[in-house]
Amino acid sequence: MRRNPTLKALVALPWVPGNPCFELGGEDMGRLSWATWLYFAAIVSAAVAILAQIPFNSADPEFWVTCAALALLFLVCDSTPIMLGDREWAWSPSSAATLAAVVLLGKNGAIGAAMVGAVAVISIRRKIPLVERLFNGAMYAVAGYAAGTTFLALERYFNRGDSHFLDVSSITEILRGVEPSKLISHTFEMAFAPFAGAAIVHVLVNHGLLWGMVLLNRHNRATPPQARPVWGLPLLLASDVGFAALGLVVAALWVEFGPFAGAIVLVPLHVARWAMGQFAEDQRAHAATLRALCQAVETKDFYTRGHSERVSHGAGMIARQIGMRSDRAEAVRFAGMLHDVGKLGVPTKVLQKVGGLTEEEYAAIQLHPMRGLEIVREIGFLNEALTGIMHHHERMDGRGYPMGFAGDEIPEFARIIAVVDAFDSMTSTRAYRKATKIPDAIAELRKAAGTQFDPKLVDAFIAALERDGWKPQEPAEPRGHEILTSQDHDDPIAPLRVVGRT
Amino acid sequence: MAWQTVDTGRLLLIMVTALLVITAFAMTALSPKFHDWHVAIAFGLYIAAGELLRLVLPGGRQAAPIAMSAALSYAMITTIARPLHHHAPAAHPHHVEPIHGAPPWQVVLVAVVGMAIGSLPHVAAGRRAGLTGMSARLLAVASVAFIFSTTGHLIGTPWLELGIVAMLAMLGWLIESLISAVIRADDLRARYSVTLSDELRVQWRLGLAVAVSTIITIFGAEVMGLAELAVFAGPLLVIQFAFRRYAGIRATYLQTVRALAQVTEVGGYVDSGHSRRVSRLSLAIGRELGMPEPDLLNLEYAALMHDIGQLSLAEPIPGGATLLVSRADARRIAEFGAEVIGQTGVLETVAELVRFQSLPASGSVIPPLGSKVIRAANAFDELVGGSADRDRTAAAIARLKQEASEYDPEVVAALATVTDRLPITRL
Repeated sequence: MRRNPTLKALVALPWVPGNPCFELGGEDMGRLSWATWLYFAAIVSAAVAILAQIPFNSADPEFWVTCAALALLFLVCDSTPIMLGDREWAWSPSSAATLAAVVLLGKNGAIGAAMVGAVAVISIRRKIPLVERLFNGAMYAVAGYAAGTTFLALERYFNRGDSHFLDVSSITEILRGVEPSKLISHTFEMAFAPFAGAAIVHVLVNHGLLWGMVLLNRHNRATPPQARPVWGLPLLLASDVGFAALGLVVAALWVEFGPFAGAIVLVPLHVARWAMGQFAEDQRAHAATLRALCQAVETKDFYTRGHSERVSHGAGMIARQIGMRSDRAEAVRFAGMLHDVGKLGVPTKVLQKVGGLTEEEYAAIQLHPMRGLEIVREIGFLNEALTGIMHHHERMDGRGYPMGFAGDEIPEFARIIAVVDAFDSMTSTRAYRKATKIPDAIAELRKAAGTQFDPKLVDAFIAALERDGWKPQEPAEPRGHEILTSQDHDDPIAPLRVVGRT
Repeated sequence: MAWQTVDTGRLLLIMVTALLVITAFAMTALSPKFHDWHVAIAFGLYIAAGELLRLVLPGGRQAAPIAMSAALSYAMITTIARPLHHHAPAAHPHHVEPIHGAPPWQVVLVAVVGMAIGSLPHVAAGRRAGLTGMSARLLAVASVAFIFSTTGHLIGTPWLELGIVAMLAMLGWLIESLISAVIRADDLRARYSVTLSDELRVQWRLGLAVAVSTIITIFGAEVMGLAELAVFAGPLLVIQFAFRRYAGIRATYLQTVRALAQVTEVGGYVDSGHSRRVSRLSLAIGRELGMPEPDLLNLEYAALMHDIGQLSLAEPIPGGATLLVSRADARRIAEFGAEVIGQTGVLETVAELVRFQSLPASGSVIPPLGSKVIRAANAFDELVGGSADRDRTAAAIARLKQEASEYDPEVVAALATVTDRLPITRL
């Protein structure tokens, strides 16, 4: 289940709101098109133009202190994103710092937010190339400025130009004042609508600029888009806006606790981050354990070593080729991994038998998908993968086992596994023959498309093979004490022979 | 005797809670006025939503962090900014009266109603109502509400209030953990000190998140009004989502190992049900010996997979009886099993436990406690074969006791206690 790192970087991008992990730099830099460079230059110069307005001569210490504290908050958030899923996308609440700046800095809000966002340039996450840092910083600066401008405009609109909004200096006055509750509630209520507008603008600009980069780069790569993410874009945008609301919470707490508000907000976020980290760790451990146990099952048969792993990989290739959703693609990989687990229930002497099988022995082999199902049935997350395990020996013409399903009756997972299963069997060495060459095996797949295999999936697999290649079993001679089998129930070239049948 | 204590703790807890609830209803009915309906309803709904979004943490613990945080916030909130009328001229802001904290009995009442509403869908869906968990939370919230009502006069500056709220929120979490630990010790027949430290270890991060969320809710609402509850809901859901996934993968992991450990059974290497029985028995012994939860988890994995090494055998040992094979063979099988598990790259401790299970308890190498437990549990199960017959059990234990150099006497004593308490089939 190795993944192509470039591929991941490319597609991870749109699903990384507020936290682009875009591999622009490094070795890839030479491949960027002039359009991309132009786009990059345009955004960076816009950011520079915005940052040129920084009121360097401002003597207001509150402005600088607030900016610095929020920049620090931004930096901490941006450097420690919450990874969701298998590093597919990350959630960083850094936009909360930018949007808090919009609220807290009053009429300087726009430029302040731009300054806070520009801090992304020095993010302490490792391995971010300079180009990417510059892009991130510029993007956040532009997004922050746009949000700030929106906020001020909406505030003027809603409050009929009669701005009563808090900025840091009035907060200080309130904190020193005797009767704070009036002013605070008054002003905070007025902030709701403008803040909602600012948050939406921030999210839109952020995503928009990122998407632009993705679209410009799409043609640069030879790889197709990876499996679609589980969450749709609208849901993602909505949750991002919801998360941006944290900016208002930070601003509210700031009124009472000053910069300490940032520290308060960080605590639950870091707890969440810890949980996500644990999740990712356990997920990897889980996959590794599954793999190891499947390998253990394979030790029973020297020639099929690595078969599960390769079928799993191949099933993943098909899933990606046909654009399967990422959770289903993962499930089909699991199904591929586990499809032959039931072979353990087949007596070794049947697997080792040379020559024709009796009807009983053949029946014992045909039982293995059901045996496999029996073992893994209780694993709740497998769900659809179970159908793949149970039906991976069905044929399109209905002459397969165990149910004799035909055509579309066969679950999609099973049809996928059937193709890869046969292909790997053909391209592996067996006791009774050498490994078939990949082009010949492809020809065999084509020949059996329609009768044994789903032609669409055969085409998808062949296309994926042409793109990614295939690493067949390493040819090795048995060392003597291994168990050798002389039958392979997966082999379409030399199907099992049953005594008395023609 | 052992049987009665199982229910005493739980029964006592539910009775205390029931008393608390009845008193809360009575006191609120008798009190001259119900304070701030809108605040009570907002927090009640928040608590209900949190109860609806319960979590099952590793170890089957039930938690409702959002409900807990909402209830604690309601117990300690004193000022809420009131919404302004939009037609009011901005230049003349309304006078905003701070809302005083709700009286403790009212807090209990609102929490009870919220929790009840939130647990209804669970009951309707056929899940457990979770009375124990709710009782623990309710008692914690009630304690905090009463303690807080006595500290009201102390509150002057936001910083002092922050300190008090933080301390009481942590106290609430501590009370909930204490109660859960008592109940858990009863349920699992483990030592109270062990379950308490397990509880604190598993829950402290969530407890911290709950406490800080309480702080954020209280002080945010002081400035923003009740709208803050809606504003802060988004981030809370993300945190909840993170924990849910974490707990989910833990459960899946265990499920996978449990299922795949059966390959030896399907392959005819061992009796059907052997792995599960050995793992259940090992867990019970481990608890009896006071092993902490992380060790117990490793023990469970190792016990489930202790026979995986038999896959290296061409033909199953008749009856799967590893007791009957030569010591060298047993070592080879254990070694191979450890190798398989070691390949995961993450279960090193488990692999060690499996590797050393073939060693006698007192040899030149002293095996880890977990290995000794698995060795004894495995031998016991092979001798009695899942039967609950008292005589057979006694005979098996007598035999294990005789071979003190093979089976750790302390482990065998724990095994005897465990099997004496409950027949093996009900462990």
